[in-house]
Amino acid sequence: MNCPECDAKLNVPDDATVGEIVSCPDCGADFEIASKNGSTCQLKHAEKVGEDWGE
Amino acid sequence: MSKLRIVFDRVRSEEKMLEEKAVELGHDTKMIDAKITQISTESRRSDFDFGDVVLERCVSYFRGLHFTACLEFLDVPVINKFVVANNCGNKMITSLLLKKHNVPTPKTYFSFSSETALENLERVGYPMVIKPVIGSWGRGVMALKDRDVADAIIEVRELSDGPLDRIYYLQEMVKRPPRDIRAIAVGDQVVAAMYRTSTGGFKTNIALGAEPVPCEITKELEDICFKASKAVGGGILGVDLMEDEKRGLLVHEVNNTVEFKGLAKVAKKNIPKEMIDFAVKSAIR
Repeated sequence: MNCPECDAKLNVPDDATVGEIVSCPDCGADFEIASKNGSTCQLKHAEKVGEDWGE
Repeated sequence: MSKLRIVFDRVRSEEKMLEEKAVELGHDTKMIDAKITQISTESRRSDFDFGDVVLERCVSYFRGLHFTACLEFLDVPVINKFVVANNCGNKMITSLLLKKHNVPTPKTYFSFSSETALENLERVGYPMVIKPVIGSWGRGVMALKDRDVADAIIEVRELSDGPLDRIYYLQEMVKRPPRDIRAIAVGDQVVAAMYRTSTGGFKTNIALGAEPVPCEITKELEDICFKASKAVGGGILGVDLMEDEKRGLLVHEVNNTVEFKGLAKVAKKNIPKEMIDFAVKSAIR
């Protein structure tokens, strides 16, 4: 599948799961896998790192 | 077999390891995305599939904390409990609880305005460390080496003027080797520990590139971690310790949703298994 931002080819590993983040190798945009059906994924823009993120 | 649910907002290696191990152990396991889950005052436990026990693993502290409150409203057992998340999420509350329960901890001073923060610094003396009361991965942790640095950092805080910027958490700069210890406490056991060696600065967070090295779990380490865990309410916790030259081990932080990706590679015990076993046992109690 292609990057929704820059149309470069996105490499989504076969074992990637919903909630994981994939990054575009060309433009660097981060996407979250919103749903997955076999090899078809729906992506949404990943949240930015928040001030309260961490452990 | 138990019904185990893992609440997440971003799936990291840790959440994948927990899910894989839970499935391998034969538990009915599901991942629940907090971002798309809706709960109301009218909700009932039977409206959802929260299983027997939930492991709350959100990377966003406030999201996880508030989600935990909702789960407890629905009477769903959750690891960690709301009170524990609240105690660990705020460094000032953690420090107060550690001291109150006689857990060795660095001397920490609190001020509630910029003027008294500077007074505190002048009185106690430089260098000191300023930390945001809520925050992780070493974010906003700064060394105040002298009055000029303190003036600059406090001025920036006043300009940003977030509600928590008015709470000044000032900690002594502990004399220690350039490393700290991260121990993972699960219930009353320390299941793994590592040294985190600084890559140059005074911070030792793995998130900032610190090098993880296995650390022996001594009786002293076990005892202090157990006391620290008890002080904040217990559960699955990441206890951070410094080795003071004179006082020995000091606990400076206790983390509520502990990350263990690096440590899992070198630990003798299987960390995800220990966490799942604990969660399942907690639900039965």
